[in-house]
Amino acid sequence: MSTTMTMAKAINAGLRAALESHPNSLLMGEDIGSLGGVYRVTEGLKADFGADRVMDTPLAESGIIGTAIGLALRGYLPVCEIQFDGFVFPGFNQITTQLAKMHSRSEGNLSAPVVIRIPYGGGIGSIEHHSESPEALFAHTAGLRIITPSNPQDAYWMIQQAVACKDPVIVFEPKRRYWLKGDVDTSAPTSDPFSAQIVREGTDATIVTYGPLVPVALAAAAAAEEDGRSVEVVDLRSISPIDFDTITDSVKKTGRLIVTHEAPTFGGIGGEIAARVAERAFLSLEAPVLRVGGFHMPYPVAKVEEHYLPDIDRLLEALDRSFAY
Amino acid sequence: MDVGHLPASEFDSAGFEQTLMGSPEENPVPDMVQLLTIDGEVRHDPTYSSYVADLTADELRGFYRDMFLVRRFDEEATALQRQGELVMWVPMTGQEGAQIASGRALMPQDYVFPTYREHGVAYTRGLELSHLLRRFRGISHGGWDPREANFHLYTLVLAAQVPHAVGYAMGMARDRLVNPKLPEAATVAYFGDGASSEGDVHEGMVFAASYNAPVVFFCQNNHWAISVPTEVQSRVPLANRARGYGFPGIRVDGNDVLAVHAVTRWALEHARSGGGPVLIEAFTYRMSAHTTADDPTKYRLSADEEAWLDRDPLLRLEKHLRSRDLVDDAFFEDLREEGRNMAVRLRENVQAMEAPGFEDAFTDVYAEAHPLVREELNAHRAYEAGFADSDADPTAASREHTA
Repeated sequence: MSTTMTMAKAINAGLRAALESHPNSLLMGEDIGSLGGVYRVTEGLKADFGADRVMDTPLAESGIIGTAIGLALRGYLPVCEIQFDGFVFPGFNQITTQLAKMHSRSEGNLSAPVVIRIPYGGGIGSIEHHSESPEALFAHTAGLRIITPSNPQDAYWMIQQAVACKDPVIVFEPKRRYWLKGDVDTSAPTSDPFSAQIVREGTDATIVTYGPLVPVALAAAAAAEEDGRSVEVVDLRSISPIDFDTITDSVKKTGRLIVTHEAPTFGGIGGEIAARVAERAFLSLEAPVLRVGGFHMPYPVAKVEEHYLPDIDRLLEALDRSFAY
Repeated sequence: MDVGHLPASEFDSAGFEQTLMGSPEENPVPDMVQLLTIDGEVRHDPTYSSYVADLTADELRGFYRDMFLVRRFDEEATALQRQGELVMWVPMTGQEGAQIASGRALMPQDYVFPTYREHGVAYTRGLELSHLLRRFRGISHGGWDPREANFHLYTLVLAAQVPHAVGYAMGMARDRLVNPKLPEAATVAYFGDGASSEGDVHEGMVFAASYNAPVVFFCQNNHWAISVPTEVQSRVPLANRARGYGFPGIRVDGNDVLAVHAVTRWALEHARSGGGPVLIEAFTYRMSAHTTADDPTKYRLSADEEAWLDRDPLLRLEKHLRSRDLVDDAFFEDLREEGRNMAVRLRENVQAMEAPGFEDAFTDVYAEAHPLVREELNAHRAYEAGFADSDADPTAASREHTA
C-alpha cells in the first residue's frame, strides 16, 4: 500500500508501527509527549500509547541516554530523541564509552539496542548548535550503527529497522527535509537499511551523498545532464557500516567520484570514502576523488549559511574539476 | 566560599569540614547512623536497630568471615599485581564493612551496578572472585556474565553506571506493572565521593526522582578521589544532597557492619515497595592506594591513616563478637587457614588465565554482522597467514578478503 506523506509524518508512522509491533519499545526525550517534539515528529503518539511509552524526560542528554541503556539492559527497546544535533554532546560520553561498548565489553552477554534519533544538518536558518552534522564523530566509534534517511520511504522503514536491530543505532534525521513529500509503501521494507542505493543512474561520474544533500545531488545531476554529462547519484543511507561495494561498482562504471556532505570536509566521511575508493578502484579512476563539504569552522550564522552548505553550483564546479583531468 | 579556603592536600579534616560546610545552621552535618561503637559496643537507634535485631550469631560471624576473606583476596590481588601477574589492581581494603554489609542486604532479584572497587559486593553476590581479575590481568574488558549474579560489569568511566542503574530500575518497576507476580526488586548504584562530582550522578538522581525509580544510590565516601579529598568535591555532606532531589539521604558509619546493613535493608525495602530512591553515604576510608599505580604518601598524612586503623571494620566486629563470646581463637585460626587456601586457589586460577587470541577482539564488536569488521578481520588473517612459518593458507584468507 502506497501513501504520500512528508518525511516527518513517515517517521511518525514508523515509530507508531514500532510501538505497535514491539510491546517493549518506548520513546523518550525532551518535549516529545504532549508537544510532539519540537518538529512534531512524535505528534499524537503519547495520546495513543500513553505517557509510559512516550516519555517526556528531564532536560539531560546524558541522563536520557544513560537511563535508556539501563532500560535496554533490562530488555526494553528505548528510542531516544535528542532535540538538536549540537545538543548531543552532553550525551556523547554515554554513547561512545558505554552504549557502543556494552556488547563487546560483556563478550556478547549483554546488548544495548538503544536507538537515538538526532535531527541534524543546516539550512533551516536557526541559531548556534541547531544545524550541525556530527555523524563522523559517531561513525568513528566501533559498536555504533549510523543511518540517515533521505526520503519518506526510507524514513518510514529505517526507524523500524533501527528498533529491530540488536545493535545501538543512531538515526540522523535531515531536519530540513522533514517536510519533503514522497510515496511510502507500508506493505514491506524494500531494502537493507545498511546498504546504499543508486537513486539516479549515470555513466560519466558518481556523486555519493546522504541525508539532506540527496535532493541537491539529484538536482546537480539533472543540471549536468543539460551539459551532456550523465551523473550517477548514490544515496549512502548508512554511514556505519558504509556500503563500499555499491560505491566501488559505481566508480568502476563512471570513473569519477564526488563525495558531498554538509559536515566539515576535514576528517569527514568523504575522506574515508575517497581513501577506500583509491584502494579498491584506483585504476578505474579518471580523476582524483573530490570532496564537497563544510569548512573547518563552527557552523556559521544563519545569514551566511548558504555559502557553507554544498549546493548545486558547488557540485557542478566539482564535476567540472573532475572532468578537467 | 573563598578559593583560599580550599584545603591543601594535608588537612585537618574536622577543621575543614567546619570551614567548608558553613555554619551548622546552614548545613547541618547529618547524624551518622552508628550501631556499633569503635569499641564494638551496641548502640540503639530508634529507626534502624530493628533492621539488624534478627541477625543470628552465625550471620554475625558470617559478616566477619566475608570481610576477612575479601581483605585476604584484596591482599593477594595486590601481590599478584606486584609480581606482574595483573596489569593493575584497585584495592578496597578498609571498605569491607560498607561493601559486605550492603551486599548482604540485597535480595537475589536486586541488581547491582558497581564502579570498579566493589570486590566485596561481588563476593556477596556469589561471583567467582577470580573472574574479577580477568579485566585486571588484561585478558578481558568484562570478565563475567552479569546476569548470573545480577552484578553488572565494572565501569571505569566515573559515574557512567549511575544512570544505567536508574534506567534498569525503571525497567524493573515497569515489569512489575505488567506482571505483578514478579518479586519487588531494586537496583543499587555504587559510586565514590569523587564520582559524586560527575554530572551523571546528578542526572541519574534527577531521573530517579522524576520516575520514582526503585534505586539505592550507595556512595562510599572513602575520603579520597585519588589525591583529592572529599572536601574539594563538596561543601556539604554528600548525604545532604539527596534533600535537593526530594528523596532521603542517610549518612552511615561505613565501617560499622551493623549500621550499614540496617540502613541498606531499610533503603532497599523503601525502594522495592515503591517509596522511590534513597541515597546512602557510607562514611569510610580507603586504607590503601587508589590503584597500584598510586602513591598515597604523596598526598596524605600517615597519622590520618593511623587514626582510621582504630575504626577498622574487622577489628570493630571482632571486639563485638568477642565481647559476646560468639567467637574463640580457633574461629580466627580456621579463617586464616581458609584465607590461605583461597589465596592459593586464586593464584593458581590467575596464572592459568591465558590471553585470548587477537581474532576474538573482532567477535563481539557488534551483535549483528558488520561488513567493516568482517573485512578487517579477513585482512588481518591474510596478513598473519603471510608469514613463512604460518600454518594457514594465505590464499584462502586473501580470497575471502577480496570477495
